[in-house]
Amino acid sequence: MNRRARIAVFAVAAAGLTALLVASVIELPAFGHYQGAYGNQLNREAVAERHTTNVVTATVFDYRGFDTLGEEFILFAAVVGVTLLLRRHKDSEDHQEVLRKADDDRVRSDAIRVVGLLAMPALFLLGLWLVAFGLVTPGGGFQGGVLLAGSLFVVFLAAGFRPYAHLTPAHWADFAEGSGAAYLHNFLGSGTRGTLESDGSMTLLNWATAVEVTAAMVLLFSEFLESYVLPSVRPLP
Amino acid sequence: MIPLQLAALLMVGLAGTTVVLMRDPLRMAILNAVYALTLTILFLVFQSPDVALSMLVVGGIAYPIVLLAAIARVRSGGDE
Repeated sequence: MNRRARIAVFAVAAAGLTALLVASVIELPAFGHYQGAYGNQLNREAVAERHTTNVVTATVFDYRGFDTLGEEFILFAAVVGVTLLLRRHKDSEDHQEVLRKADDDRVRSDAIRVVGLLAMPALFLLGLWLVAFGLVTPGGGFQGGVLLAGSLFVVFLAAGFRPYAHLTPAHWADFAEGSGAAYLHNFLGSGTRGTLESDGSMTLLNWATAVEVTAAMVLLFSEFLESYVLPSVRPLP
Repeated sequence: MIPLQLAALLMVGLAGTTVVLMRDPLRMAILNAVYALTLTILFLVFQSPDVALSMLVVGGIAYPIVLLAAIARVRSGGDE
């Protein structure tokens, strides 16, 4: 296709997109005028009904708990997919062997090590706080979980692959991810109660999500890191 | 719309444009994290702290790490 034809095709597509965009922007509700009846209803009733001050968390883990289950499953499936794609040639190659073969990538800069030493516990604590107070203030299992995994990743950035691998044994993370997903499933399977004395099951679901998300992220990082520090080990074609 | 919201929107537009204009994947990954930070500020200014936190951890931690790992892998392991 020559240049003129390509420009002609693009012009038609761009004109159509522009028309649709303009039409939808004109139809938008006025700025700052929210029109969702469901959201307003939740805002009025969630605090009295569920005893949480964070309506978003109440929606995610209770009113829309089933949606969250689906999202957890997406994350679970994504991590399983990555693990399968990046799996090593020899199944017998275990964690110890990976550690032995890995390049020596110890971080030797004192400045980076000190910054990492200070940042890691601070991030870890912030992650725990986000999870624990997810029902009271902004935050929750997902955000806290990613932050917890991120704080472990700081160990790799500031110390090297070996300390990171020692801190995050793969079987532990495997187990935690599976149990996180299974826990959420089982609990919802047994039925979400209509009215709770306090935030009840939401606290448990919140922590289960945090465990699941942390483990999923750690597994993702570990899989990528292993193929990063082991140039000789390639995934199956 | 208050001026702060307008400023946040403009910042998002600016950061997004720079991500698109940058051609080097490594710099693009870092710029994308900066873009995520502007989106975080946008959500905060529009009073959605929960969404802002999600954006921060996904755009600032999870996505850049996966992107950087993938770029490192493509650059080092191209001899397969």
